[in-house]
Amino acid sequence: MDAPVRKLRVATTSLAGCFGCHMSLLDLDEGLIGLLERIELDRSPLTDTKEVGECDVGIVEGGVCNAENVEVLREFRRRCKVLVALGACALNGGLPAQRNVLSLPLLLQEVYRAEPGAEHGRIPDDPELPLPLDRVHPLHEVVRIDHFIPGCPPPAEAIGAVLGSLLAGEARPLDPALIHFD
Amino acid sequence: MCSAVRREPDPAEAAATAMARHRHDPHELVQVLIEVQEACGWIPPPAIDCIQARLGLPRARILGVATFYAFLHIFPRGRYRILFSDNITDRMLGSEALLQRLCRSLWVERGRVSEDGLVSVDTTSCTGLCDQGPALLVNGRAMGRLTPARIDEVAEKVREAVPLEDWPAAWFRVDDPVRRRDALLSGTWPPGEALRAGLARGAEALVGEVKASRLRGRGGAGFPTGQKWAACRDAPGRTRYLVCNADEGEPGNFKDRVLLSTAADAVIEGMTLGALATGARRGFLYLRGEYRFLLAHLEDVLARRRAQRLLGESILGHEGFDFDVAIHVGAGAYVCGEESALIESLEGRRGMPRNRPPYPVTQGYLGEPTVVNNVETFASACLVALHGAKWYARLGTPESAGTKLLCVSGDCARPGTYEYPFGVSLREVLSDCGAGEAQAVQVSGPSGATVPAAEFGRRIGFEDLPTAGAVMVFGRERDLFEVARNFVHFFAHESCGFCTPCRVGTSLLRNMMDKLAHGHGSPYDFAEIERLNRLLQVMSHCGLGHSACNPVLGTIAKFRPAYQRRLAHEEFEPAFDLDRALAAARQMTGRDDAAAHVREEEEGTA
Repeated sequence: MDAPVRKLRVATTSLAGCFGCHMSLLDLDEGLIGLLERIELDRSPLTDTKEVGECDVGIVEGGVCNAENVEVLREFRRRCKVLVALGACALNGGLPAQRNVLSLPLLLQEVYRAEPGAEHGRIPDDPELPLPLDRVHPLHEVVRIDHFIPGCPPPAEAIGAVLGSLLAGEARPLDPALIHFD
Repeated sequence: MCSAVRREPDPAEAAATAMARHRHDPHELVQVLIEVQEACGWIPPPAIDCIQARLGLPRARILGVATFYAFLHIFPRGRYRILFSDNITDRMLGSEALLQRLCRSLWVERGRVSEDGLVSVDTTSCTGLCDQGPALLVNGRAMGRLTPARIDEVAEKVREAVPLEDWPAAWFRVDDPVRRRDALLSGTWPPGEALRAGLARGAEALVGEVKASRLRGRGGAGFPTGQKWAACRDAPGRTRYLVCNADEGEPGNFKDRVLLSTAADAVIEGMTLGALATGARRGFLYLRGEYRFLLAHLEDVLARRRAQRLLGESILGHEGFDFDVAIHVGAGAYVCGEESALIESLEGRRGMPRNRPPYPVTQGYLGEPTVVNNVETFASACLVALHGAKWYARLGTPESAGTKLLCVSGDCARPGTYEYPFGVSLREVLSDCGAGEAQAVQVSGPSGATVPAAEFGRRIGFEDLPTAGAVMVFGRERDLFEVARNFVHFFAHESCGFCTPCRVGTSLLRNMMDKLAHGHGSPYDFAEIERLNRLLQVMSHCGLGHSACNPVLGTIAKFRPAYQRRLAHEEFEPAFDLDRALAAARQMTGRDDAAAHVREEEEGTA
């Protein structure tokens, strides 16, 4: 019998994303059972842990659209040996980055002042709310990223393949059939 | 203030006139749009309506073409459209400061049109006046030898709205300094003599003679000319075409300008020889938009040659030898120098390279066999017809027969055109042009090779340093990183946008070089630059993408310290200031609490 292997400690988070990439991870279905024997989850929407600990791998979904995203992403970079950008928004900014063609002041004006809504014509200024950046950035423009998994969402098999290669301690390139830039 | 009331030309009328001049042929779309642009200063919607209706082209196609070419505008760009040539040699002569001076003087922001719609000031890719820079184009007219005083005079003419025709003609004078002549430039023959020699040999023997002379293409790639002519002649087709590629867009090159202005007869005569050899009956001279000032001269030469029966029907009385040349003007697109993109442009489309094969010799213009040769190639073919293959092949080296025009610019006392037999060493060229202590030479332009001083013994020729002609000299004090960055900006601007590796890759490369230049570089970025270059080289659709990485790879290989100096940070950092990225939101919300800021990260934590 082999000695029990140390489990890989993995943290995940979604920044300016829709959690669709996390849903895709769950699409590994019964593959999750085998996977969970070899990894343990740290901070993740799946554990609801709020702080990220020292990890082997961090998986980040979504782009960087506000001050909080910056803080969380930097924390992940500090704590995780390997950082993986997961999905179209993390790689390219994706849907949230569609606002990049407009200036932020114009957007805030249009959303909060022009239309009478919940804020009664005021731009929300509660310190609890993270301030938006002037434009949405992909992760690799803010911190160093080690691996990229494209797709909207990336197929479960692609996520499984990357985790598998990290577990094996190697960086195998993704099978082109698993790469979707959609 | 406007000194005279100017009648705005009617756009629909301008379009109708242009279309009539081009026989309402949809293949002439680029020419029609250029003429509307010239008449109106831009391409207004009513002109597009008119073209759409009369030529029966989809509007998207017309807009697609109009937005592809840098000198065509579907929005007003001012009555005076001033574009500074942005080659590295212009920059070395202070073009940036001159541009800023003009902007300040005219109260206009670079790239924008002034509030009153009078003027816009921006940059454009190399205009081919590197031997007399810094240079600019005003409404397409070339102006070299710029000085601060001249810039102030230009500003005054613009402010007073003096029509361009009334600006001093001396400002638009283009010189053609030739510093060394060899077989081609010293050979003078009466128009028609090379053609008579060709006719005396006969078409079949002429092709054989050109093959035996080992004449190779002068655009840089060096394809054997005789082989190309034979392939076109033998390809099945209803008719054949011949194209002279004068879309000299590679920054640092200007020898085609010099040839067309001082030896146009030789060029046209070489084309006529090509027609004799291949059986082509129609020829095009694709003149880059920046050389529009040569148009009247070239039309004169063509008209005279027609009168001399050197063009037209039954040339020199030979029944069935019919050939004529039409000039097609470009509109600011480097990629059109690639032969299949050039043909697309001739056919009235966006200049996007085709898949090859099929090569133009079998399926070129309108799908028929087409020869595309460089200006200098055609001129050189005359020497073969006149003196024979043996005589010609003795010039130069075994792999590179004949002579080569070099365009010398940059840090040297005597910039200009130099003709040498192939095989000349860079050291000899540098000594002749008075380069002094040069640090490096860029041979053939951005897509060519960066040669450091230690390798100045290398020789011009297909065996060692193939070149379209450019020899840009960089003195000791120049920063080779900035040279490469200028070239990378050039490729990002000129990518045709067809394939993703090049469209996105050249822009990413530009952004990364800018990141290093702005002091945000780390070894991580350097690794990314190297990775991206490999992708560009392997994945791009055409030569533009393949060669877009050359200046960076070349300077990394030979001038690594210029890069290492810029890797200021050990760890990755963003190319932009994260805290400043929150400034707009802070202002809109009036917040200034701790959470409204991004902390400066300490080195080594990210």
